[in-house]
Amino acid sequence: MHNTLEINTMLDKYQSTGKKATRDGFGAGLHEIGKRNDQVVALCADLIGSLKMDDFIADFPERFFQCGISEANMIGVASGLASCGKIPYTGTFANFSTGRVYDQIRQSIAYAGKNVKICASHAGLTLGEDGATHQILEDIGLMKMLPGMVVINPCDYNQTKAATIAIAQHKGPVYLRFGRPSWPVFIPENMPFEIGKAIVLSEGADVSIFATGHLVWKAVEATQILEEQGISVELINIHTIKPLDEAAVLKSVAKTGAVVSAEEHNRFGGLGDSIAQTLVANHPCPMEYVAVNDSFGESGTPDQLLEKYGLNTESIVAAAKRAMARKG
Amino acid sequence: MADISNLTRIASQVRRDILRQTHFCASGHPGGSLGCTEYFVALYFEVMDYKKGTFTMEGKNEDLFFLSNGHISPVWYSVLARSGFFPVVELSTFRHINSRLQGHPATHEHLPGIRTASGSLGQGISVALGAALEKRLDGDDKIIWCLTGDGELQEGQIWEAALFGAHQKVDNLIVTVDWNGQQIDGPTKEVMALGDLQAKWEAFGWEVTVLEKGNDMAAVVETMQAVKGKTGKGKPQVILMKTAMGKGVDFMEGTHHWHGKAPNAEQLENALGQLEETLGDYPYNPNYHAQHA
Repeated sequence: MHNTLEINTMLDKYQSTGKKATRDGFGAGLHEIGKRNDQVVALCADLIGSLKMDDFIADFPERFFQCGISEANMIGVASGLASCGKIPYTGTFANFSTGRVYDQIRQSIAYAGKNVKICASHAGLTLGEDGATHQILEDIGLMKMLPGMVVINPCDYNQTKAATIAIAQHKGPVYLRFGRPSWPVFIPENMPFEIGKAIVLSEGADVSIFATGHLVWKAVEATQILEEQGISVELINIHTIKPLDEAAVLKSVAKTGAVVSAEEHNRFGGLGDSIAQTLVANHPCPMEYVAVNDSFGESGTPDQLLEKYGLNTESIVAAAKRAMARKG
Repeated sequence: MADISNLTRIASQVRRDILRQTHFCASGHPGGSLGCTEYFVALYFEVMDYKKGTFTMEGKNEDLFFLSNGHISPVWYSVLARSGFFPVVELSTFRHINSRLQGHPATHEHLPGIRTASGSLGQGISVALGAALEKRLDGDDKIIWCLTGDGELQEGQIWEAALFGAHQKVDNLIVTVDWNGQQIDGPTKEVMALGDLQAKWEAFGWEVTVLEKGNDMAAVVETMQAVKGKTGKGKPQVILMKTAMGKGVDFMEGTHHWHGKAPNAEQLENALGQLEETLGDYPYNPNYHAQHA
């Protein structure tokens, strides 16, 4: 604990500079990597506008393949393109990118070791009004269980754009998860993106918060509230859920001894479970999950849903206090 | 001109390899493998334009083959070995622990000749379409070959792929359907009737060639060459190849009972007695990998 005079200022460089959707970051990143690497090709299953792929298609029409509402075939075609040397990026909603085509990904991409980038928008509750059929909360778990699959859930426009560009350099399958809503942009535009490397947003001594995706911003807000109350928070952005930056996790908990995970996903199978597994094996300590409690979502605005399902700023503040209270 | 008698002699040895592979591991799928033997021998020893002795995953400037019905791996492994992709003695390791010759084909152990994993049905045409599009993007004028089963056509993804292939005018792809009319639970027409297959593929925008004698080497070679001549004209090609499951062994032929059942010692002896040993049986050495690791 420290008094308010000692509030650390690290978070000052992560202030919101406006709002943009992470899917827009994907579209911008795809266009950019398309310009830099002529082996990059893109496929879409009738959701070009939603995935913001228009700029890539306008500049590289011959490197784009419209697959129609046939996601299973799209995954297979991407596998074949990769087999012969291309770097395919597939685009559709997260639900149709994972659960609908799990077996195709498992056999034709993961087991076959193909260099395909599965890019998934509209993940999680913040899809909003479309409701639970489209709000997949199980996709991180599904994808991280596949051997060799890299799983990335960036937190804002800039990080999504940087991740979209960076994954072309990784030879192997990647699942890139992002979302629909307009969301605060707070990661500096020029911050490098390194797969598997956690980012310490704020250093602290009382509790570690590990957050991914949209909830990183909620965790920034929660950190500010906790710091104002005299609690020293170490906030770490885990954009890559697999491979997990275990060294960063363990280094932080060695200082704090209390952990909160925050993610827009079912509490089963997501980031929290990956962190818990690391803690159990190396450094057991109190941990609280901020995640959906084994349920489907429903229609509503993103903010209403995050509040109702316990994924908002206040939930993270409360979880941090619970974790700290359990310390011996 | 193809040397049909030589290809037929190779096919006899491949059939022996299929029976011995499945016998030695007491599992595997001899029925469909025996039925597709002429196709595989024609493909690798006559029709397909590929670089012998070198294998690269990308396969630039050569014809590529993708197997969708991965369970007929014994015929593919035999033909690959007999074509020089890997030593024939390695067939000994089929379905054994630590083998590159997995029950269903896989890439993770880097067996030369294998470009994707298959086994879960219905995925191969999609993968072959992707490879064909890649060749088109690269200005590579070689073609993609793909084999599927007929029971496999019950998978929905097949028809997604069929739509896509015609829509994208993928005309450097030749899909062949092993039309043996059998699947695990019985005759296809009883399990899930496929209806008028020719009309279905034509309705999806593919050019269809029916090969009535899919176990007649001369007919198989002639048809594959003829269809190769139809590529590059704006339409994907499909050959509906009528075969007999279990072809070449009298007690296996024409029935689904040998789809996924290996011959025992007595049955193997009987079956081998019906097939001339033309190239020499591979010596069975289950410790091949341990010795060559």
